[in-house]
Amino acid sequence: MSAAPILRLAGVTRSFGPVEVLHGIDLDLRAGEVHALIGENGAGKSTTMKILAGYQPATRGRILLDDQEVTFRSLHEGEEAGIVMIHQEFNLAEQLTVEQNIFLGRELRRGWLLDKAEMRKRTRAYLDRVKCPVDPDTPVSRLSNSDKQMVEIAKALSRDARVLIMDEPTAVLTNTETRVLFEQVRAMRAAGTAILFTSHKLGEVAEIADRVTVMRDGSVVHTGPASAISEDGMASAMVGRDVSDLYPAKPAAAPEPAIALRVRGLDVPGHAEAIGFDLHAGEILGIAGLIGSGRTEAMEGLCGLRPATTRALEIGGKPATIRRPSDALAHGLCYLTEDRKLRGLLLEKGMRVNLTLQALAKFGRVLIDQAAEERALDTAIREFDIRAGRRDMRVGNLSGGNQQKLLLAKVMQSEPRILVVDEPTRGIDIGTKQQIYAFLRALAAEGRAIIVVSSEMQEVIGLSDRVLVMRRGRIAGRLEGAEITEDTIVRHAMGVGASSQERVA
Amino acid sequence: MAMDTTTPASRRSLPSMSVLGPIIALVALVVIGALLNPNFLGAANITNVLARSAFIGIIAVGTTFVITAGGLDLSVGSMAAFIAGLMILVMNAALPTLGVGVPIILLGMATALAAGLIAGLINGFLITTLGIEAFIVTLGTMGIYRSLVTWLADGGTLSLDFGLRTFYRPVYFDGILGISWPIIVFALVVIGGEILMSRSRFGRHCAATGSNEHVAHYSNVNVNRTRLFTYAMLGMLVGVATIMYVPRLGSASASTGVLWELEAIAAVIIGGTVLKGGFGRVWGTVIGVLILSMIDNILNLTDLVSPYLNGAIQGVIIVLAVILQREAKAKG
Repeated sequence: MSAAPILRLAGVTRSFGPVEVLHGIDLDLRAGEVHALIGENGAGKSTTMKILAGYQPATRGRILLDDQEVTFRSLHEGEEAGIVMIHQEFNLAEQLTVEQNIFLGRELRRGWLLDKAEMRKRTRAYLDRVKCPVDPDTPVSRLSNSDKQMVEIAKALSRDARVLIMDEPTAVLTNTETRVLFEQVRAMRAAGTAILFTSHKLGEVAEIADRVTVMRDGSVVHTGPASAISEDGMASAMVGRDVSDLYPAKPAAAPEPAIALRVRGLDVPGHAEAIGFDLHAGEILGIAGLIGSGRTEAMEGLCGLRPATTRALEIGGKPATIRRPSDALAHGLCYLTEDRKLRGLLLEKGMRVNLTLQALAKFGRVLIDQAAEERALDTAIREFDIRAGRRDMRVGNLSGGNQQKLLLAKVMQSEPRILVVDEPTRGIDIGTKQQIYAFLRALAAEGRAIIVVSSEMQEVIGLSDRVLVMRRGRIAGRLEGAEITEDTIVRHAMGVGASSQERVA
Repeated sequence: MAMDTTTPASRRSLPSMSVLGPIIALVALVVIGALLNPNFLGAANITNVLARSAFIGIIAVGTTFVITAGGLDLSVGSMAAFIAGLMILVMNAALPTLGVGVPIILLGMATALAAGLIAGLINGFLITTLGIEAFIVTLGTMGIYRSLVTWLADGGTLSLDFGLRTFYRPVYFDGILGISWPIIVFALVVIGGEILMSRSRFGRHCAATGSNEHVAHYSNVNVNRTRLFTYAMLGMLVGVATIMYVPRLGSASASTGVLWELEAIAAVIIGGTVLKGGFGRVWGTVIGVLILSMIDNILNLTDLVSPYLNGAIQGVIIVLAVILQREAKAKG
């Protein structure tokens, strides 16, 4: 473990214009060691990784490769030196096949022609190592996110990386897939690769990392062996305060709660069938299940966002029909998407336009009252603690946590009585998570009904009054009170004794 | 690597190049024109430039909405020719019963508006409901309308009856207070369009649809209906432009409105609307139209450069405009 560092940052700073975002970072990556880099969004993790991989130059300070000072003029030079980075937003050519992607830029040739047979053989071998059963001829655009992640990892394997840098590799993986990934990470560690990864899942960090570096506000605030720091310790170091009370207290259930939503026989062709449940006013109902179990599709079908049929639907005790999103909104039912970048926010536009888009009719039937919009934005920034550098900045330039807060503020403009939130805290830092949890609980306390769809087990357990577990498009279990444990949820999600492989349909 | 942080001061002090660029270009053209030919700023020439800009301009306002909502329409030039031909046929046919007078003119106008609306709805229906690429659909209808007008004219020219033509002429040549009707109509369309684009729900929905249709769908925007409206509106505006155009020559042929669609798209792009959708401005389109017709006018008034090079100069301007847009985007 005390091998000499392969790649080292010494006193690295980075400025964008007059703003310094990294202040003198020291970090070393050693052969045969897994190094976790953790911190809140905006702490400077991504910039640090990009400097390591040669995507961005350092403003000051030195980058040492095998104790020699180096300057990577391009990403290509970094790769030549054996440094491979896997981005959070995948770096795959969507229209090309898996095989073409893995060998992109380094195609094998026999004379003038491509050696397709050899490339096919090797692609299969790499995919087998990550237990990814996709056909090398599948276009990447048809893969699920988790398969794309595995293809990225296969691509890194094919490059014989000396240093592998991964930005939140497990964010889109199911637990089973995470296990496969960790197996590969261990194998690469044993083979002497230096590995750096970031994650918001501290349990994973404790499990696989040998060393942990914690960043806060552009500086390293802690670095040391993973065995010497607890998960609570990591969280506290990241936020700079105590976060042991991440989840708000659950109130005692009302004796006879009003039924806000009654769903019977909800079918979403190809994704979910015979979904039925009651949702009470004032409660948070968790929906758990593997990625691909139909949770998102069922909720989108319920809210009129995709074709679906219901045998019976009652909202606030009255029968209702929902065919399109506007019907759902008219009944006070609102869905907050899991994909804030592709379905939630217009990244090219500013905060005002995004905030009011869904409830635009409130700001004028034909002509929009822009002054009223500005007032709504003032209120939202205050209530949701949205931190933007400039009021008119593009939403795409906000940090993930602030985007998520803006998205919440946006759906709240529709004043929903029933709010369905899908992955409300994906890829955001722990401080913001805490704020969002408190906010959801406050909404429930006001008498609204909340559904939380989440892949994060801890989130479902910590937040929900009751839990539905979905498996293969059906409700596999309904849990209440003390039954809500990681073990029971996993059993229902996997189907006890059944194969744990569940892929996106 | 785009920078995430920009200093507020450098953005506040001056509007970006994408806003200033077209305005500066227009002012420069006016100055050049005035220096090269003293008649350039005369009332007669200004009226001439504006009246000729009106046809493309009225259509380009509609095109601005289509492009902002992430669409494209290549059929407008042929559509204008077809509507002109249809209008002339209908009016000539009604002449024996209605005689020369206001009713027959109103009939012609109604024909043009209805035909434009229907043609726009057909484009919009094929693109939104059937989900065919806008480029393909409008390439197809472009060929269909061009062929139809050639067929209607039997390869020649469709001419309005002489008496009718004399009666209808004032719609192009007369006006109020010395401002001719095409200019007045153009101005009204522009004012309406600008308000619709920047202040109305419809304009906001167009920008949202063009920016990211999934986000728009999840935000309770009826994406298909928004797109359909933009095509229908463009069709109507083509009808309006044709109403202004027919009295000018009193005829329609296979060569009527050739390349109007590309001029309209060029004007929209020069004006700063983003070709892939998501952002549009009507006032920019007006400047784009004026830039294009002023280049034409200056080349015709002076013998510095051959008027045959008109297309080349317009081409350079279009490419320059897009480069400016890209730089503005990299900075923002």
